[in-house]
Amino acid sequence: MPEKIEVTLTINGETRRGLAEPRLLLADFLRHELGLMGAHIGCEHGVCGACTILIDGRTARSCLHFAVALDGAVIDTVEGLAGPDELHPIQEAFHQNHALQCGYCTSGFLLTTLEFLRRNPDPDEDEIRRALTNNLCRCTGYTNIVKAVAEAAAALRAAD
Amino acid sequence: MKPAPFSFCAPGDLAGVLEALAANGEDGRILAGGQSLVPLMNLRLVRPEMLISINRCSELDYLRLEGDSLVCGALVRQARAEESDLVQEECPLLAMALPYVGGQANRNRGTICGSLAHGDPLAELSAAALVLDGEMRIAARDGQRTVAAEDFFLDGLTTALQPGEMLAAVAFQRQGGDERSAFLEMGNREHGFAVAAVATRLGMVGGRCEFARIAMLGAGPTARRIRAAEEILTDSEVDDAAIERAVTAAHDIIEAPSDLHADGEFRRHVLTTLLERALRQAMAGE
Ligand code: FES
Ligand code: FES
Repeated sequence: MPEKIEVTLTINGETRRGLAEPRLLLADFLRHELGLMGAHIGCEHGVCGACTILIDGRTARSCLHFAVALDGAVIDTVEGLAGPDELHPIQEAFHQNHALQCGYCTSGFLLTTLEFLRRNPDPDEDEIRRALTNNLCRCTGYTNIVKAVAEAAAALRAAD
Repeated sequence: MKPAPFSFCAPGDLAGVLEALAANGEDGRILAGGQSLVPLMNLRLVRPEMLISINRCSELDYLRLEGDSLVCGALVRQARAEESDLVQEECPLLAMALPYVGGQANRNRGTICGSLAHGDPLAELSAAALVLDGEMRIAARDGQRTVAAEDFFLDGLTTALQPGEMLAAVAFQRQGGDERSAFLEMGNREHGFAVAAVATRLGMVGGRCEFARIAMLGAGPTARRIRAAEEILTDSEVDDAAIERAVTAAHDIIEAPSDLHADGEFRRHVLTTLLERALRQAMAGE
């Protein structure tokens, strides 16, 4: 078995180190080496979006990256969105709109929304639906997620 | 599933990458953005022994003009190209095709050269490379060579790349100001895999089409040029009659494969409809 390699990442603003076998996926490195359980693993081949995180400020599938190939990268996960007793405005909007049931897909939707609203702070419904096409939710039927994203956009605009 | 074990290296420059490729022969694979390769590794459909990351080779991260070409190095990520003014201005057809490649999260990481080197039969960028007269710049430890895009895609997931070689850059022909372009795709859902797509590029001079490039995805085992339709439009006005003749010519030569997503007859119908729309849209555009 190939040797483990030391990996250093900046995660949610903190320097974190760990050892990874080359085949260890970033999702598993976050969850099992670093104890960050926010990114979930659904399909493990890039389809569902449950494992979405940010790499260098942009969304990425953590199931489609090897931790060893990202040495030195800046990663943000859902854990970094807000302090332990607070909700980010996007989280608050999901909460208020019942935009989750089991929550398995939610961290992926939150980070996808974060990137989307940075690019497009005032989207219409069609734009929201397009932005979410690559995140799957098996519970909500999406309607409330779309509402939540619109409300989060308004809240973020008001806070600006 | 999890990938099978492999060894990993990440050389800091192209020379180191080519050395590692030469040393590993058929067992070595290049890792750029990983958006095509890693899903297959996770499903264990591909099991490289050695993964050679180019992510530390900043020398491969360039988009620049060279004479008549817009050249894109192996580390240029799709999202960056999509956002680049240079791409919008010099190769609008490429800018039109890029949004169809995967989702935002895939484009943020996936590279242009990576998608081309992977050779998926329905990869949007392969059609873009064909209509932009792409020149594939292939590097190996013992030298370089270039292959025209048309000779690069040999079959599904099979390209002209040999063991020890990598696609170091692709040069797209710069589009002149009097060109009209369109890229249209149909899939089962937006940003999913394409069922069929059409890329068109028309060089218009004084109301006549001086040259035409038409490529299709889903019309054969790889992206392919539809020369019969190109010839009909060349040296002609692009009016309703010419468009109808071009579409009929295309219809007769499409060999659309059947798969889970669409049977061949349906694909052929979709392709001819997309071609007609693409030609009209290109002519209606600026
Ligand atoms: S687990 Fe990564 S996209 Fe589904
Ligand atoms: S809330 Fe259950 S999958 Fe989305």
